[in-house]
Amino acid sequence: MSDAVVVRDVVKRFGSTTALAGLSFSVRDGELFGFIGPDGAGKTTLFRIMATLLVPDGGTVTVLGRNVVAELWTLRTRVGYMAGRFSLYSDLSVEENLRFFASVFGTTLEREYEQIAPIYTQLEPFKDRRAGALSGGMKQKLALCCALVHQPEILFLDEPTTGVDAVSRREFWDLLGRFKASGLTTIVSTPYMDEAKRCDRVALIDRGRLLAVDSPAAITSSFGRPLLAVRADDRYAALKALRRYPNTASVYPFGEALHFTDARPALAAADVARDVTGFLEAGGLGNVTVEPTAPTVEDSFMLRMGAPEGDEKGRAQAE
Amino acid sequence: MNDELVIEAHDLTRRFGDFTAVDRISFDVRAGEVFGFLGANGAGKTTAIRMLTGLLAPSGGQASVAGHDVYTESEAIKRDIGYMSQRFSLYEDLTVSENIRLYGGIYDLTDREIRGRTDRLLTRLGLQHIARSLVRSIPLGWRQKLAFSVALLHEPAIVFLDEPTSGVDPITRRQFWELIYEAASAGTTVFVTTHYMDEAEYCDRVSIMTAGAIGAMGTPGDLKKQFGVESVEDVFVKLARPGDARVPGSAAP
Repeated sequence: MSDAVVVRDVVKRFGSTTALAGLSFSVRDGELFGFIGPDGAGKTTLFRIMATLLVPDGGTVTVLGRNVVAELWTLRTRVGYMAGRFSLYSDLSVEENLRFFASVFGTTLEREYEQIAPIYTQLEPFKDRRAGALSGGMKQKLALCCALVHQPEILFLDEPTTGVDAVSRREFWDLLGRFKASGLTTIVSTPYMDEAKRCDRVALIDRGRLLAVDSPAAITSSFGRPLLAVRADDRYAALKALRRYPNTASVYPFGEALHFTDARPALAAADVARDVTGFLEAGGLGNVTVEPTAPTVEDSFMLRMGAPEGDEKGRAQAE
Repeated sequence: MNDELVIEAHDLTRRFGDFTAVDRISFDVRAGEVFGFLGANGAGKTTAIRMLTGLLAPSGGQASVAGHDVYTESEAIKRDIGYMSQRFSLYEDLTVSENIRLYGGIYDLTDREIRGRTDRLLTRLGLQHIARSLVRSIPLGWRQKLAFSVALLHEPAIVFLDEPTSGVDPITRRQFWELIYEAASAGTTVFVTTHYMDEAEYCDRVSIMTAGAIGAMGTPGDLKKQFGVESVEDVFVKLARPGDARVPGSAAP
């Protein structure tokens, strides 16, 4: 299998800020590949470099076998890019936006209709509406149509689901699943860790560096220590108690439970559960249950990222 | 949490022309409660929040916030609530302490109160060393925690948080929620919106808006039982799926 994207040691600085600190990875042809990380991780900078919109300060980036700097003009028409911020023309109608982007790439809406039809048919009843007056989910679908209208061979979607409700997010990922089935290489970034599971492979990115690049299953299975879900009547009290528990390696809220790891690495999950239950019950907490749980990509991300920016000292003192 | 009601809304309604953005919603929020206000994009959340924060007059129904009527006492509401959003919270071109001073001044705190509260706030967050740094130069996670504390500077009865953790890394996001718990256990009511469905599970109670109405409300545990699903996200999807199929024109303007 060949690689649609090959990135070697890419570096990008803005003044004294290093946005990308030497990243290397590759994306295979036809893959649905996700970049998962918070704001400021470098996702947008990386996407703009891969989409030929920004020149890196160091390293090499090859997309569809072409260098993104030297072969910019033969590459530009073959990539589709959807910016994180809504960047269509708000004063043009839905249809006018599409016609504009089609004409920029030397084609027409009619010629490309079939390509975008699965999404565009949902927008078509509103084709005369100004793009600025669309709802968030509809804006997104229009932006996606505009990124697809010239039949790109690879698609870069920068945070398409940010600020979008959970239902629309699911539907958007269903669409991406359809692209994958059609063989289109799709690279997508998101701050929502639970979306990682929809990707073939993901790169966890934080502060300009990659924490891991692997399948979601491999990332979670490399967690490498028992993870326990702790539940009690008063969750905040349980959290505060476990912060004082001498064997705590980490404890944090996760969904409706607390996720806990023990500082004694060799101890089996059942023994950890017994100890934690005993400790919390002795502290007066009611309805305590402690049971092993499967780590998620978000657990793995936190394990790998270490202290948040600026917090290194504070956390070292707290732990 | 006690039984004192900090928000009481009955049949609260807002129409824009012939479109009803918020359609007779009724709910109460108790003092010290962490209340999650969820809903699909365009379901009417923002319109409801604007009414509850005294920024938009309702078209019908009643509501009181911190004991003040939303029709006649909107200025008193603004004084007694705190507000923070991801999009706007602090002035980036001011230093940390200048921001605190500005907010203290807006809420009529005396110089002495501002000085005392600034010290306490920075000490609690462990941020004394950046008091003179421009907000633009400090990490996003710190900024969000600082913004939350500034929203509480005038000791409001209730604080409205509009997607406060959007884009924040997962560790900082959880630290932020611990600040929320801390404020709530000190008696402050927290009214929060989020698109992170796991955060819905952190709330004492959540309401889920669909198409201008409250489609479900209760503790996360009760809602999951009621809908026979494993997570609040699944409740949300079950409820919002029909709403989401609506045409975009039904979204709030």
